[in-house]
Amino acid sequence: MADTGNPTADGETRRDFLGIVAWSGLGIGTVAVLWPMVYSMNPSADVLALSTTTVDLSGIEEGMAITVMWRGSPVFVRHRTTAEIEEAADVDIATLRDPEADSARVTKPEWLVVSGVCTHLGCVPLGNKPTEPRGEWGGWFCPCHGSAFDTSGRIRQGPAPTNLPVPPYVFETDTSILIG
Amino acid sequence: MSTETAKPVFKNGIARWIDDRLPLLSWAQAEFVDYPAPKNLNYWWNFGSLAGIVLVLQILTGLFLTMHYTPHTAMAFDSVEHIMRDVNYGWLLRYAHANGASMFFIVVYIHMFRGLYYGSYKAPRELLWMLGVVILLLMMATAFMGYVLPWGQMSFWGAKVITNLFSAVPIFGETIVTWLWGGFTVDNPTLNRFFALHYLLPFAIFAVVFLHILALHQFGSNNPVGIDITKKDKIPFHPYYTIKDAFGLCVFFLVYAAFVFFAPNVLGHADNYIPANPLVTPPHIVPEWYFLPFYAILRAITFDIFWIIPAKLGGVIAMFGSIAVLFFLPWLDTSRVRSARFRPIYKWLFWVFLLDCVILGYVGASPPEGWLPTIGLLATIYYFAHFLIILPLLGKLERPLPLPDSINKPVLPSSGAASAQPAE
Repeated sequence: MADTGNPTADGETRRDFLGIVAWSGLGIGTVAVLWPMVYSMNPSADVLALSTTTVDLSGIEEGMAITVMWRGSPVFVRHRTTAEIEEAADVDIATLRDPEADSARVTKPEWLVVSGVCTHLGCVPLGNKPTEPRGEWGGWFCPCHGSAFDTSGRIRQGPAPTNLPVPPYVFETDTSILIG
Repeated sequence: MSTETAKPVFKNGIARWIDDRLPLLSWAQAEFVDYPAPKNLNYWWNFGSLAGIVLVLQILTGLFLTMHYTPHTAMAFDSVEHIMRDVNYGWLLRYAHANGASMFFIVVYIHMFRGLYYGSYKAPRELLWMLGVVILLLMMATAFMGYVLPWGQMSFWGAKVITNLFSAVPIFGETIVTWLWGGFTVDNPTLNRFFALHYLLPFAIFAVVFLHILALHQFGSNNPVGIDITKKDKIPFHPYYTIKDAFGLCVFFLVYAAFVFFAPNVLGHADNYIPANPLVTPPHIVPEWYFLPFYAILRAITFDIFWIIPAKLGGVIAMFGSIAVLFFLPWLDTSRVRSARFRPIYKWLFWVFLLDCVILGYVGASPPEGWLPTIGLLATIYYFAHFLIILPLLGKLERPLPLPDSINKPVLPSSGAASAQPAE
């Protein structure tokens, strides 16, 4: 105890060191206690187990689209017509807000798989059913704030900042895909 | 007293600006930093702040458990298993919470027995003690309802037995129990209200804890010598007792962690891993360990009292009475000497009383067979006799040892009245 107050050449004392150790220990301990609590709010194992979805494509005729659930949100799977594929491919991508070639957004041109969540504020765009408006560009039209998407799911008009994202998926067979 | 310290001046301009308008910082500084505490407090004085920390941990772990739990009879049990298996660190949160309840009680019981030994409940600290008993009652209600939430066999049957205590009330008993249940037995409405109250009551405890601290700081902490002390025998709470409490906290965490990580279920009952079944009662129902002495008192009354109080009601009255008597303790103990150090007879009777509580706990844990009910009855009689007969008489009969003039004397026997400075 006798030398606790004696500063070293740098003006530091043993008490300074003990203070740093004590406060650091308290800080580390607090973080260690709080971390499991905060981390428990992340997706649990049963939620993660639902993070892949298999889609059977065999029943989807050309020109049809279906909506499937993946991780609790809709995904649009559209069997595009030749006209729609050409329309999507012919766009000059330099004119797009979020420039992306149609070929980069599909594995097989006739199958378009995009997220069914508008990139503006999360509504589900209309147009997957033939009775719904598809907007000026023949893809989807979001009724919430008027964003319009083309036949490749790219943003063409309205407030949405980016194209409808393409979820990760692979063709398991010619007529079935695994999303996620 | 907190009023003795000058209002602190904060170096930080923003802190000073806020504190001028909302004196929260200077209040916290006065109550938790500058608070003058007796310089002779021993480690038994660690358990108050320890209880406060456990309360905060229980509220935190409980909050995060709530995010994953479903209060419905059809889903509650599965949602607890979901927490154990699926939720990230869910096993840790649940074991920390369940064992935290036990830790909370052991800490509070030690805190209370410390108060009993050193006479901390005596004037002028009667309300401080009574607020503590209120906290104990709230803790018991909270712990009981929390134990029902996993909806296992012990949850269900514990809830049924404890709520049925109220059926002993004359005339209105059945009506009260139906009201408590929200139905004709313990069922989904009961589970839902228990969940709501289990979330609410800890905040009530938190509020009463602040009243407890307010009452404590009015006259300051008692001390092992039990005499009133002067300002020069006090030292600021920080850093002297913050560091002492921090050390105690580390030791406590070792014990707590040993349970959570190595024996998370020893304090529980295996039957609670069986989903609740209203058709089958487990062969041996016992409450959690912290209720065992009170459970033994409940079971001790197996006969009608004075031909007018039926045994069932008698047991319930005795059980609630065993806590109610604590409210009157400051007046039942007639001795004006606080600390048992200077009470040669009480010093021993304190340990006899502690042993009596342990015996009650053992009887409460065992099936009522053989000699145990008789022992339970004798221990129950002694429990009440301690408060209602022994303490009032002892204050008159016992001849206490001479009290020192100041706490310096026992601390520094040779230096006498010399003013000792706390070691730095």
